[in-house]
Amino acid sequence: MSRQATHMRLPVQPGERIDRSRPVSFRFNNRPYTGYAGDTIASALAANGVKVFTRSFKYHRPRGILTAGWLDPNLMVQVGDEPNVRAGHREISEGADVHSQDIWPSLRFDAKSVNSAIGRFLAPGFYYKTFIKPQPLWPAYESVLKRFVHSGSIDLSTPRVEHDKTYAHPDVVVAGGGPAGMASATAAARSGARVLLVEDEPELGGHWLWSGPAKQEDLVRLREDALTTPGIEVLTNSVVIARYDDNWLGVIVRSQDGSERLVKVRAKTLVAAPGLVERPYVFEGNDLPGVMLMTGARRLVNRYAVRPGTRAVVLTANAHGDAGVEDLRRAGVAIEAVVDPRKGDRVVRALGRGRLERVELSTGQVVEADLLVTAVGWTAPTSLLNMAGDRPVYCPEAARFFPSQLPDDVLATGGIAGDGDDRELLEHATATGREAARRAHNRLVALASRVPTLPDGAEPPTRDDSEIEIPDLPRGPHLELFRSSTHGFVDFSEDVSSKDLHSAVREGYDSAELAKRYTTATMGPLQGKLETINAVAVIAEANSATIAETGTTVWRPPYAPTTLGALAGRALDPTRYSPLQPWHEAHGARPLVAGAWIRPEHYGDPEAEVRAVRRGVGIIDVTPIGKLHLQGRDVPALLEQMYVNRWQRLGVGRVRYGAMCADDGVVIDDGVTGRLDEERYLMSTTSGGAAAVWEWVEELLQTSHPEWDVTCTPVTTSYASINVAGPRSRELLARLADVDLSPDGFGYMNVRTGTVAGVPDVVLWRIGFTGELSFELHIPAGYGLHVWEELMRAGSDLGVRAFGVEAQRVLRLEKGHLIVGQDTDGLTQAFSAGLGWAVKLDKPDFSGAPELRWQKASGAVSSLVSLQPVDPAVVPPEASQIIGPRSEILGRVTSSRHSPTLGRSICLAQVLTEHAAPDSTLRVLQPDGSVVEARVCPELAHVDPEGERARA
Amino acid sequence: MMHLDCPWCGYRNVSEFGYLGELRERPDPATTTREEWRAYLYLRRNPAGRLEEGWYHRAGCRRYFEAVRDTTDNTVSETRPPTRHPDGHDEGEHATAGDLDVTSVSV
Ligand SMILES: [Zn+2]
Repeated sequence: MSRQATHMRLPVQPGERIDRSRPVSFRFNNRPYTGYAGDTIASALAANGVKVFTRSFKYHRPRGILTAGWLDPNLMVQVGDEPNVRAGHREISEGADVHSQDIWPSLRFDAKSVNSAIGRFLAPGFYYKTFIKPQPLWPAYESVLKRFVHSGSIDLSTPRVEHDKTYAHPDVVVAGGGPAGMASATAAARSGARVLLVEDEPELGGHWLWSGPAKQEDLVRLREDALTTPGIEVLTNSVVIARYDDNWLGVIVRSQDGSERLVKVRAKTLVAAPGLVERPYVFEGNDLPGVMLMTGARRLVNRYAVRPGTRAVVLTANAHGDAGVEDLRRAGVAIEAVVDPRKGDRVVRALGRGRLERVELSTGQVVEADLLVTAVGWTAPTSLLNMAGDRPVYCPEAARFFPSQLPDDVLATGGIAGDGDDRELLEHATATGREAARRAHNRLVALASRVPTLPDGAEPPTRDDSEIEIPDLPRGPHLELFRSSTHGFVDFSEDVSSKDLHSAVREGYDSAELAKRYTTATMGPLQGKLETINAVAVIAEANSATIAETGTTVWRPPYAPTTLGALAGRALDPTRYSPLQPWHEAHGARPLVAGAWIRPEHYGDPEAEVRAVRRGVGIIDVTPIGKLHLQGRDVPALLEQMYVNRWQRLGVGRVRYGAMCADDGVVIDDGVTGRLDEERYLMSTTSGGAAAVWEWVEELLQTSHPEWDVTCTPVTTSYASINVAGPRSRELLARLADVDLSPDGFGYMNVRTGTVAGVPDVVLWRIGFTGELSFELHIPAGYGLHVWEELMRAGSDLGVRAFGVEAQRVLRLEKGHLIVGQDTDGLTQAFSAGLGWAVKLDKPDFSGAPELRWQKASGAVSSLVSLQPVDPAVVPPEASQIIGPRSEILGRVTSSRHSPTLGRSICLAQVLTEHAAPDSTLRVLQPDGSVVEARVCPELAHVDPEGERARA
Repeated sequence: MMHLDCPWCGYRNVSEFGYLGELRERPDPATTTREEWRAYLYLRRNPAGRLEEGWYHRAGCRRYFEAVRDTTDNTVSETRPPTRHPDGHDEGEHATAGDLDVTSVSV
């Protein structure tokens, strides 16, 4: 770095942002630098005379400051382990370690800049065309090409951070905190609205922040109003990234360390006041370090007190450019030439090796300069309006797009709405703010009218129909200055030139949307905010069409790059535990994730748990089973509709198994329902199906059968549920229950209510998913742990053992009981699930009835069967395929385990019915490619097919 | 995210609701044909424009209701209790096999 470096910092400027009493030290590409608090990385480096910040994306050309703001394409740096930091926006912090992204071997001698030597420019589609064939070489190409892409690096050991989200419900959101945004927000708040004012920069002010001394007084006044008017919340360093239906807005709040927080906002009205973005001018050499937009130069001078160069050529086509000339003079920059297109002059090309040295003008004159500042006009950042359904229209007199048809709840003000002097713009903004508040109020009235209750004594709000007249703003005049007589860069972040766009059009990619994708113009980190109108203008020019005919590309969310963490937030899905969880944890249960529930998979030895149930007694926590309390005269009608089997004659005290099908005949759930007394029933569902079955009950009761007298209450977590299973379960339970448990007094498939271990109102079902004598207890949840512990204590001499989900799966598989969703899938109709015995086709109606009638008539294509591998030691993994002689698929293994009871492997399988005959031998293809033989069993149950044990 | 006007709760975020799709009449299961039943199961009119559809306020009052929505711009012109609900009224437009040429559906 040269010694003159430090002299780029100017004396104190009015309104400067930096705090000269607080020096800040940091490193850039391993060299130490010092700036001041309030400096951005870019301004601090520019003050130190740094001209080259990065290398460009494709050609690795040296690049310097262009806009000195968020949208500067040339200022993407790595800060510590954070890639893609915008050096024109991020403020410096003490000790920050800043690097140009992916510069190899160094910023000044980038080996990859060979790219720009092999051809003047690489043709668009070069990579596609060159490397597509031969295809086997693609991995080799890819590994080389990857080194040519600069994209920063991330530290994979970065600790996981959870990003919180917040919600806001303001009346009015003003997107943009420039003069118009501030005036709008203040006006809306003064009309009584609660306002959220969102500004991208660290402070309010917009373009007045860098507009020099003349605007300082007005800026202070407007900012004071916005900050002190009651009802305005200001978010700086924040951006509205998206607008969705009914003004659902995403606002990203950034902090200086790079972390982000998402605020989800429901606004009643949105005022878009994003200001305007200065567009670059397209000419040869327009990316040389030293070529800068006037906004960039004025930011450096007025905001950061940095002299952007020493000898300048200024291209100015508007008042902002003219004012900038004065700013540069004040900063001590020698103005070598002022080129005014309004008088017909142009800049033709910029010349220099690695940085600007000379400027060639349309007059033929060549001027020596280290700074070329352009002020040719503006791009309207219409993103939020696009997202609100607007299709902005081009106005040639103003050389930019304007809003056309905004929905009622979106307004626009400031430069995006029109031109005019400060007074006109502020009047427009103030009227827009008042109108936004009025529409927000009317929206509130509409919302309130739909809420049935008001606070005591409150009067319902009334509409305000006196529309505020918003004055029209003039448009232009601005010159349609997009490209000079030479070709230059249109998209700096993607290295796309006007020549590339011309080639794309010649190759047939002649619409803006096609040319954009083919050349990747507007598809880089800036997403077109700087370069869209130039791209459209060049495409129009290449097509010999107007910009209005060519149209613009559609902007989609997000408006600004957003970290995925901010969008992801933290997981809000609840995790459910049964009230018995403390016992499980204390006894070594291995946790199993079962939907929303955490359940004990086993307590160390699932086979021993199986043997305990078959030989003595075991208890399992089945709390997650879905439970619905049904009450009313018409419960049987409801059950008849939902289940495939018959329910009208279920007696009090009886329990019945039932299967449910959807109207396509596919099995969706199963469980038992018991009749507790005349009009009270308890229905159980699979744990995964609990919510869906409940909603189905409600749907039937609310939509198709409002005449039924049934009330439904979900009671899944009101009860702790314990299954006591095994030949000695009756003996154990008898020690604690006041219910007659004798085979005659409490038969199989019956329900009783009684007191267990001193706890009243326990529902006892005598059912048998495990195939053993068993009792399922539904205990008021708060007493579940007590009953469980009492069962363990009372049964210690019986060898009672807790068993988990794995043992239960083995037990039910030994018994041939299906699990809906495991032994069936989304196409398995009842007759294919082995449930044909339950289907009562003579019922007048039930869900799925016609399909099941047809399935029965034509025969089930697939059937559920039990299989036993010929080699008892082989357990084919679940989902192994069953194949025929020509390797055609005949079915699949749906469940498989080693059976401790039988000392052999057992399976359930879905297999084509013609191959499902008992004693057939099937070939099972395992995932490792080996084929084993398995025999079809005569019954689904491998153990106790007669069901004697459960009925004992 | 759009607002949806629950007949019982007023305007709420649509993420609170479950979507049931367009309203359709369940054919009489005793007399239905395969063609008619499967049109009921699988075929939808899917208009670009006015659509009568079912919703469920899952994270709210847990009530079912009907909405008339323009599928081109998500404007909801009406929400109401279910048609057969005592507060509802019956003027639905429903897809039937006759609306759709089921024979042209390739399988
Ligand atoms: Zn509701």
